[in-house]
Parts: sequence; C-alpha cells; structure tokens
Amino acid sequence: MKIWTMALNTFKEAIRDRILYLLFFFAAVALIFSRLLAMLTVGDRVKIIKDVGLASISLFGMLMAILIGTGLVYKEIDKKTIFTLISKPIHRWQFLLGKFVGLVLTLFIMTALMSLIFLVIIFLHTSKIEGRLLLAILFIFIELVLITAVAILFSCFSTPILSSLFSISFYLIGHFSWGLATLIQKAKPGPTKLLIQGIYAFLPDLENFNFKTEAVYGLVVQPKSYFYSALYGIVYTVFILVLAMLIFKKKDFV
Amino acid sequence: MATVLQIDNLYKAFQVGFIPRKKEILRGISFSVDSGEIFGYLGPNGAGKTTTLKCVLGLIFPDRGQIEIFGHPHLSLEGKERLGYLPENPYFYDYLTASEFLDFYAQLFRLKKREKKEKIQSLLQLVGLEKARDLQLRKFSRGMLQRIGLAQALINDPDLLFLDEPLGGLDPLGRKEIRDIIVRLKEERKTVFLCSHILQDIEMICDRVAIVVSGRIISQGALQDLISEKILFTEVMLSGLAFDDLISLGEPLWARGEKIFLRVLHEENIEKLLTLVHDRKGKIHSIVPRTETLEDIFVEIVKQG
Repeated sequence: MKIWTMALNTFKEAIRDRILYLLFFFAAVALIFSRLLAMLTVGDRVKIIKDVGLASISLFGMLMAILIGTGLVYKEIDKKTIFTLISKPIHRWQFLLGKFVGLVLTLFIMTALMSLIFLVIIFLHTSKIEGRLLLAILFIFIELVLITAVAILFSCFSTPILSSLFSISFYLIGHFSWGLATLIQKAKPGPTKLLIQGIYAFLPDLENFNFKTEAVYGLVVQPKSYFYSALYGIVYTVFILVLAMLIFKKKDFV
Repeated sequence: MATVLQIDNLYKAFQVGFIPRKKEILRGISFSVDSGEIFGYLGPNGAGKTTTLKCVLGLIFPDRGQIEIFGHPHLSLEGKERLGYLPENPYFYDYLTASEFLDFYAQLFRLKKREKKEKIQSLLQLVGLEKARDLQLRKFSRGMLQRIGLAQALINDPDLLFLDEPLGGLDPLGRKEIRDIIVRLKEERKTVFLCSHILQDIEMICDRVAIVVSGRIISQGALQDLISEKILFTEVMLSGLAFDDLISLGEPLWARGEKIFLRVLHEENIEKLLTLVHDRKGKIHSIVPRTETLEDIFVEIVKQG
C-alpha cells in the first residue's frame, strides 16, 4: 500500500516533468518519419517502418528511463524532500521500490502510447496487427524495466549527470557483451576462457531482449527463448534493485 | 510523567575534507523528553541540534548511543506512527498542490477516505491556507511553505512533534499564530520538541530546555530552575532632575529633552531615587525591573562552552 502511494506520487512527478513530453514528441516524430523514410527506400517499405519504429520505441524509452530515473532519488536527497518522508512510517526499501514502480508505470504508459502510434502506422499499410510485433515491444519494455532499476541504483549515490553516463554505459556494454559469448565459444579451455566466462556472467547481455530482427523479418523464435529472456530480465532487475536497497539502507541524509 | 523520547550517549562523526578526517558533531548527547511538555533544544549554529534530530528521525545513523521513541527503537515504524516532523527550511514536492501534498502524507498513515478529507480541510484551516488548497507548492512563499509544513507534520495527529526552527521565515503575525498552535497542542496533551534560535519564543512557550554546545549538552532543566527570579537591574525613565544628580544612584544612559533614562543596579538605590525625585518635584515615567532572561543564560553558557 505504501509502495503504491509512493509509486503514484512518482508517477505524478514524472508526468509533470516536461522532459517526458519532449522525448515523447521526438519519439512520435521519429515514428511518423519512418513512414517517410520508407517512401525513399527501395524494397519492402513495411520492413523499414517496422525496423525504424521498433528502434525508436527502444531508443526513446531508454532515454526516458535514464533521464528521469537518474534524477528520481537524487532529487529527493538534493532537495531534501526525503527528510519528511523518511520520518514517516515507511521503510527505506518501500520508498525505493515505490520510486521504481512509479517510473515503470510511467514507462508502461509511454511505451503503450508510442506503440499505439507505431501499430496504427503499420495497420494503415498492412491492415493487420502482428502478434510478434507486440512480443518484440514487450521485450523492449522488459529491457526498459531493467534500465530503470540501473538508473535508480546509480541515482542512490551519484549526481544525475554521472548516473546518466553510467546508465548509458551499462546500456552500451549490455548491447555489445554478446561478443564475449562468441569469444567463449572460440576460446580454448583454460584460465582465459574462465575469465571471459566470469566477465560475461557479470556483465549484462541486453541483446537477450532484442527480438526486433525476428519480428521484422518474420523469423521463427522458440518459445523457450522468450521464457529464458524474460526470466533473465526479472532476475537481473531484482538483483539490481536489491543492490540499490542495500546501498540506500545505510545512507546518511546529511 | 511518561518518557516519550529517551536519548542515551549519542555520538556521531562525519568525514570531512578532501583528505577525509573525522569531525565529531555529537559527543555523548543524553536527555529525555516527558509526555505533554514543550521541550526546547537550543544551541548556536553548528552545535549539533539538527544532527541530533536527524539521528532521532532515522535520517542519519549514530555511531554510538541509543534512542527510544515511546519505548520503541527509533527506527521502528511503531514509534514513527506517532510522531510528526517539520524540518528547518522545509522543501517539499513543488509539483503537488497543497491538498495533493497533504493527501500523499495522509495515505502513508493509511487514513480512510472520509477521515482524510476532513483532516486535510481542518489542517488547511488551522494553518490559514484554505484559499491556497489548489495552488502548486512551487508558487508558495517561504511563510506559506512553513505553514503547509506544519500541516503535514500534524496529518497523523501525532503525540510527539519535532519542530526545527518552526518560526523562521514568518512575519510577526505568522509567528504568533504558529506559537498559538504549539500552545494549543500542549493543551491537547501533545509533546513538542522545539529547536529554535528565537529565544524569546522558547522562553514564552517551553517548559524545559536543553542547551547544546559543540555536540555536548551543557545545561538542561525546567525553565524556571534555570532562570533566576533575582532582579539584575531596574530601568527607570524620569524627568525634572539633572543628569549629574543621578550618577551616584545609577548609570544614566541617555537624555532626551527633559527625560532621562537610567539603569539602577542595586535595589536599595531605587528607594533613594524615589525619595530624590519626590523632593525635587520630578516625575517618574516608568520603572521596569529586568530579571535574568533565557538569552542571558544562553549567551553566558555558550561563552563558557
């Protein structure tokens, strides 16, 4: 109940933040632009719209999660609004979880709105809605939930600018770490392989949530791939949130 | 009377500087606050008043020492359910309106919908912000923020109220209104813990005080025990006498027209002065005896500390 109260307040804070609308405006422009881009392209125009559309939802969703998420906790400490809040009967972990849920709720609505624009554009071209597109968007959302947790973790101990840099680094590392998986396959057994395996296990692999290519080109995806990717997202998010709560639990608000 | 707040041997240090070194802020603070009293916590800037308060409210963790609120460890929610807190220079969610702001805090105390609505209405009325109920806090003046801050501190009808400089930023009328609210809370058997620099206000409303200097409690006790009733000097305004006639009786401070303002140090000189004025057919305009004030004690203690 208290978590939900915190979440609704965070939601109010986020939807009254101008940056959200600015990003949403650019996302809408990018989605509509995908239709114009398709006109200039030789080949399957719908594929271009799908490709650019899904990439836009992913990119602008990530920017919303990072730019709002990194300020959420920091602002509470910096503006000292946390003083009255912590003096109320609420646990620190409830506060943090409330912030997380509130931003996830905001991102859910924003992703839904961006998806609506995207699907309307697709529908105008193909007169149908493909389930696999919805699945691809669902996994974009799971990735955004993880990015939100990461942004909140960094927000617990550093400024929004630094937290944004850290979170973007996490995002970039996460999308290139799959190269290590290839390296593990090619490396000879021994300490080097073990080291690479260790690094790969620690680093995020956000390509697990990337079903965009499969959705655009209609490739077959095994149901267990969806299952393991979702499980990976949940476990990683819980791990990051627990880490954030442990840091936040011991923090002095001077 | 039952003890509502018990602090034993509280220590807190912070790391400061580029090359971190330990700076002790609290050095063994111990005191208790009884139910139904207004307790004044005084000290110069940097003495450790706000740090003590932050330890009590769980905003920072003491290095050593124990804090109990209503017999519960200070971090337990049972104790927090029964307390209210108004921070110094309150900062709140400026994107919320006054009623949304109070509604948010009311939800943390699980107030029922109807109870919540009535409570918000009565609190806005109490602090004189009924007309600003739909105004975002970013448009509030400092005095209005102080008032809405007091309203949020009272949302759960607390038994123990912590007020950190509650009269700062208020005009004289606002100060009187807040002072009246504090006195009314005492009449309702609430306990008030008051940190303030404005010693006249503390003197006017507090039952007991503790004075903290450099992280240590230097003096504490009931206000009437700390302040002696002894007359320090008497201020007399008179006319019809020459400046030089008065030098043997007191210290003439200034003369304006016929009026002379005199400070008489010894009580026996008052009798002599009255006789002299009578004999010379002069006139006494006022006689004001000055007893020791909290400010006198505070200044003396801080200087010694």
